[in-house]
Amino acid sequence: MIFDWPYAWEILPRLAEGLVVTLQATILGMTVALSLGLALALARRSRYRLLAWPTGALVEFIRSTPLLVQIYFLFYVLPDTGVRLSPLATGVLALGLHYAAYCSEVYRAGLESVPKGQWDAAIALNLGRWRMMKDVIVPQAIPPVVPALGNYLIAMFKDTPLLSAITVLEMLQVAKLAGAESFRYIEPLTLVGVVFLLLSLVSAAGVRWVEGRLRLEG
Amino acid sequence: MEPIIRLRNVHKSYGGTAVLKGVDLDVAPAETVSVIGPSGSGKSTLLRLLMTLDRPDAGTLEIDGASPWTMTRNGKSIAANEAHLRRVRGKVGMVFQHFNLFPHMTALENVTEAPVHVLGLDRGEAKARALEYLAMVGLEDKAHSYPAHLSGGQKQRVAIARALAMQPKIMLFDEITSALDPELVGGILELLRSLAARRTMTMVIVTHHMQFAESSSDRVVFFDGGVIVEEGCPADIFRSPRHARTRRFVESILETVR
Amino acid sequence: MNELILLLLRGLAVTVELTVVAAALAIIIALSAGLARMSRRRAMAWSAAVYIEVFRGTSALVQLFWFYFVLPFFGIEVSAFTAGTLVLALNTGAYGAEVVRGAVLAVPRGQLDASAALNLNRLQTLWRIVLPQAFPAMLPPAGNLAIELMKNSALVSLITITELTFAAQLLRAETLRSAEIFGLVLVLYFAVALLITAGVRLLERRASHGLERGGA
Repeated sequence: MIFDWPYAWEILPRLAEGLVVTLQATILGMTVALSLGLALALARRSRYRLLAWPTGALVEFIRSTPLLVQIYFLFYVLPDTGVRLSPLATGVLALGLHYAAYCSEVYRAGLESVPKGQWDAAIALNLGRWRMMKDVIVPQAIPPVVPALGNYLIAMFKDTPLLSAITVLEMLQVAKLAGAESFRYIEPLTLVGVVFLLLSLVSAAGVRWVEGRLRLEG
Repeated sequence: MEPIIRLRNVHKSYGGTAVLKGVDLDVAPAETVSVIGPSGSGKSTLLRLLMTLDRPDAGTLEIDGASPWTMTRNGKSIAANEAHLRRVRGKVGMVFQHFNLFPHMTALENVTEAPVHVLGLDRGEAKARALEYLAMVGLEDKAHSYPAHLSGGQKQRVAIARALAMQPKIMLFDEITSALDPELVGGILELLRSLAARRTMTMVIVTHHMQFAESSSDRVVFFDGGVIVEEGCPADIFRSPRHARTRRFVESILETVR
Repeated sequence: MNELILLLLRGLAVTVELTVVAAALAIIIALSAGLARMSRRRAMAWSAAVYIEVFRGTSALVQLFWFYFVLPFFGIEVSAFTAGTLVLALNTGAYGAEVVRGAVLAVPRGQLDASAALNLNRLQTLWRIVLPQAFPAMLPPAGNLAIELMKNSALVSLITITELTFAAQLLRAETLRSAEIFGLVLVLYFAVALLITAGVRLLERRASHGLERGGA
């Protein structure tokens, strides 16, 4: 009843395919989250209450509700509105939205940490608002928060198995299918667990390394 | 009479930096010793070792005839167990520069905590004792205040009462006025003076206040660069020091006072 | 429409039950593992570290499936509810252990010095001096973890526990009114999150009594 190593070896290629999908979802999702997150952060800090307040409420709402339900929402509601996306695309969108909310808070912290003197200097030089943000403020806001963003990247990676609920063939889904076929779940699930563990430990070390480099230069 | 504190060739380093480089010292029971010297000379480390907060890297340290860190069993010297360490530790008390009061307890609770949980006094006894010591330091009406609502001087007084309530044989004072506003220092020094005058316990006082050291100590020890440079009675150290370093230090301190 | 809401509310009750039970377990686990992680006994510290890294480093859903599908092979038969509660508690407990560790390490060293100077033993120092001061610092992160726990409870719908998300799926299959159902479900989760936040804030206020900054 212990580990069936030959079987584990056998399903490794399929799991590798699943891993590719997992990584795709993570990278695409993070791209959405990083860009949308910055937009949300800037919107939330806007002087126009009509923009700032609803954005804030939306961010809080997304952060406080389960990702799984948000995935279901998009998966079942989007087709009704005429938008037809593949399961993977839907998953990427859901991950992107969910983590954009988290990233927006991180960006906000970064923006707030830029010394007030920088804003003063930019205004004194009569830089327009767009140029000020683009060339002066945002470039200073981002480096301190890169580690936090890195941690969210790892968190998103660990959330990709939720996409199995909408039939995306990422690692967990592949493992479940393999298990259902052979009635042996321990090998596929353990392998998936180990792969996640290894990759997150490596990425966590990577984030710490980046943190160290940034601190040296900071 | 056997010295109550005995240090022989004590060394201590922190992270590669040698702080104590061979300290020899004897302190007699009920003696009041002032330790003076420039910052970074190792005075605080010396007190930390005496309080058994840290352990010497080399050399002998004996408190009331026993080493805190080793014990003898069947004639052999072995590493001390927790019970032995705490037995020796119980003979020493300490007041810190930054008070270190327990912020989540009232003044009274700060003072009764150890008597109840270490000495095993019942709550009534401990409370009575605590009020006595708080009265001695002039703070009986602040017994139910939290440290956050006390001034620096008041906090230090509570800290003194807390340490005294354990009635240790040896009391250590680590620059207890350095974190206080100038106008509060006098009161604390006065308290120290009266404690020393009672002659009920041994006192080792690290201080910058030379007039206090001169008037209230039996002996003064000058510490510099991790060793004791000179020691003797106050008159000798302050009026006629033998070593050039001692003389330079005393003169510079007295200059700034003037 | 009323039946819809009733079914969802029953699911909500299960969600709340899961969250509360798992949270209580998670607190015990977090305290034990966090303190064990700081133990001077190598074996204890190392075991705690392994537990923390494994449960933080792997996906909650993968942990859930592993417990649900693999444990029976080892002869351990547990109900889905038990497996779900256990995994939620172990997962949140691992993050909680780091919160405990951080808060305890943040207590100023002077407090340890003072305790030693008063000859308190290690247990007394931990229980009466360190933990009471570490506790208020643990509350805000703990509040966030409680909300994470609640969100993770939705995952147990995938191992057939009939909590709120499972109920939503059932209803959607029957009525095909996806937008309303999932919209309402999101609002219900949000309401629970707000309640948790309010509760933690109340605890924070009461726990900080006497510990205003600038204290001893």
